Amino acid sequence: MSLFLWIPLLVPAACAAAAATRRQARWTRPLGLVSALVILVTGLGLLGSITAAGGEALTAAGDLFRVDALAAYLLMTIGAVATVALWADLSVPAEPDGWFTALVCAFLAAMTLAVLADNLGVLWVAIEATTITTAFLVGYRSGRRSLEAAWKYVVLGSVGVAIAFLGIVVLYAATRSAGHPTLSWVELVRLAPQLDPAVTRLGIALATLGFATKAGLAPMHSWLPDAHSQAPAPVSGLMSGVLLSVALYAVLRLRTISDLALGPGFMRGLLLVLGVLSLLVAATLTLTQRDYKRLLAYSSIEHMGLMAVGVAIGGTLATTAVLVHILGHGLVKSAMFVQSGRILRAEGSSKVADVVGLSARRPDLAGPLLLGTAALLGFPPFVLFFTEVAIIIAGWAAGLAPVMLIVLALLLLTFIGMSRQVLAMTLGPAPDRSVDDSTVARLPRKAQAPVTVALGAAVAAGLVALPAAAALGAAVTGLGVTP
Amino acid sequence: MTESLFAQTVATATGLLMLTAVLQVWRRSTDASTRLLAVQGAALALLVGAIGLAEGHAELVAVAVVVFALKGVLLPWVLARTIARSGIHREDSSAVNPVSGLLAAAGLATLAYAVSRPLVALDAGPAAHAVPAGLTLVLVGFLVLLTRHRAVSQVIGFLVIDNGIATVAFLTAGGVPLVVELGVLLDVVLVVLILRILSARLELAHGELDLHDLRELHD
Repeated sequence: MSLFLWIPLLVPAACAAAAATRRQARWTRPLGLVSALVILVTGLGLLGSITAAGGEALTAAGDLFRVDALAAYLLMTIGAVATVALWADLSVPAEPDGWFTALVCAFLAAMTLAVLADNLGVLWVAIEATTITTAFLVGYRSGRRSLEAAWKYVVLGSVGVAIAFLGIVVLYAATRSAGHPTLSWVELVRLAPQLDPAVTRLGIALATLGFATKAGLAPMHSWLPDAHSQAPAPVSGLMSGVLLSVALYAVLRLRTISDLALGPGFMRGLLLVLGVLSLLVAATLTLTQRDYKRLLAYSSIEHMGLMAVGVAIGGTLATTAVLVHILGHGLVKSAMFVQSGRILRAEGSSKVADVVGLSARRPDLAGPLLLGTAALLGFPPFVLFFTEVAIIIAGWAAGLAPVMLIVLALLLLTFIGMSRQVLAMTLGPAPDRSVDDSTVARLPRKAQAPVTVALGAAVAAGLVALPAAAALGAAVTGLGVTP
Repeated sequence: MTESLFAQTVATATGLLMLTAVLQVWRRSTDASTRLLAVQGAALALLVGAIGLAEGHAELVAVAVVVFALKGVLLPWVLARTIARSGIHREDSSAVNPVSGLLAAAGLATLAYAVSRPLVALDAGPAAHAVPAGLTLVLVGFLVLLTRHRAVSQVIGFLVIDNGIATVAFLTAGGVPLVVELGVLLDVVLVVLILRILSARLELAHGELDLHDLRELHD
């Protein structure tokens, strides 16, 4: 069974090697999707078998890898979101591009490693590896703007994550003086009550701030809108949809250690500040945003802020809601980046002002855009509605009513900003009748399918969340935060 | 290795680390900055080697050799090549003058001593007392990164931060587990290579590059 854990790591790595060596071959183009599907299937399989076994974790490679229900759930999410983004990329004909496929596969392998590792150090190495593999993907178009975005991304990303490593080193020093040097997550949880509180506080704070940089939380978010708006659409989808969440996963793990060593107040205060600041940044900048790809990037900051608030609240309800939110947001956001890439190709501009009357001219582009925006803004029946309500209720029950009121107000502002921009793009008459748009080729159904499936899955996720509550409950138990 | 020799080696190495960090703020020549970085890498390798010998870890001595090869030789060489090719031998785009830079570095060193009190309290050995030096490197690296706007200076700032973190790691814990240590070194080398390629492409697109000019993307 432990051999099974190697599959989601080795298959993408092998695909990356194959695509890098045979860069012109046609058969290399679907390798990204193949990797994504392998990760999805193994994630589902592991989640099923771990839940069936009563939540007992699987280990491999001399305990370096450990998959509990939480890790399996994250693995499944990575696979699902990557499937949407890369399937959509495949549904448009293009020349095979070996380096692109290789970097995407290596990126998937790095995220898988981050989730599989039962070691804060290996987790760190994997998260830094995601920066390395995505650097050239962000700067892929090699224009001035995408190179600028790539530079800022690598410098800020690496420095931020370096701070996380300093925190990990400090935690390691704390375990060493407690007589048992370790970076294993399980061992850290076991040792937590014996760790020196002052040193642990320093380590946890540095590590959380570092990983929060990579999760795009304010005030360390400034690289995110640049990188996510300049990267090619499938890469933006992957970065917004899952990479941010993988960094948040590291914060979730840290929270457990912090709660045991320092009590729940420390991490809660830190994450509430980061979360509310992110919501504030997103709310103010979506109101005035002029570029629709950046609009989506700020929406990611909003959702990460909300998830950080959810992690801050803690407890079964909020944590389960955050986990479902990760999946729902990932699916919808990757579909939306795919859609924005298609609008960009059709309209030739990523400015909101340059796109007018889309629903009259190109209903095939406007329909998914409107539906996806509704999903992101938390309309029922999309799953994000239920998770947002759950997070607010949990916060209220935890005695954080004033903070929840602020959160609600900021969500409302983002709602206004985003719906205003998207309605400006879609509604209204088509401006220029000299071009007969009815002759413009509509997207074939095959190309529409990935986005439709992703939005459908975002509805279904809300409906199956109840039956799947057992599995999610196990994931939360894996986190050690059961009531 | 005797106790006093060990203490002296640790003191020399951390002194060198601090000195090179402060001079980094003082000097404006990018060639000098690169040489200082090489000395800093060698001092870090010396520190790791000394701790390895004192604690009898052959593993750490091997890590010291790798650290010297990468941080003392390879990365400074890559930077020197970059400077030679781009022809930027002076950091003429710094936000602070050398004197205020030195004052800031002194302030940061004081801050590092204040912050690292709980870490020093963990262990009474000579190694733990040198931890503030590592934190000073991290903070000075931030200063370089924030105030200088030539691409190569920013890479140097990043490497000074990384040297600082490595110093803290080796002084407080004798280094993190080997697999993590090697992964971290590999990541750092790759980041520097990526930044080198990106800065070369940026120079092709922009001409001689001042990172102040990177402001096409904003809200």
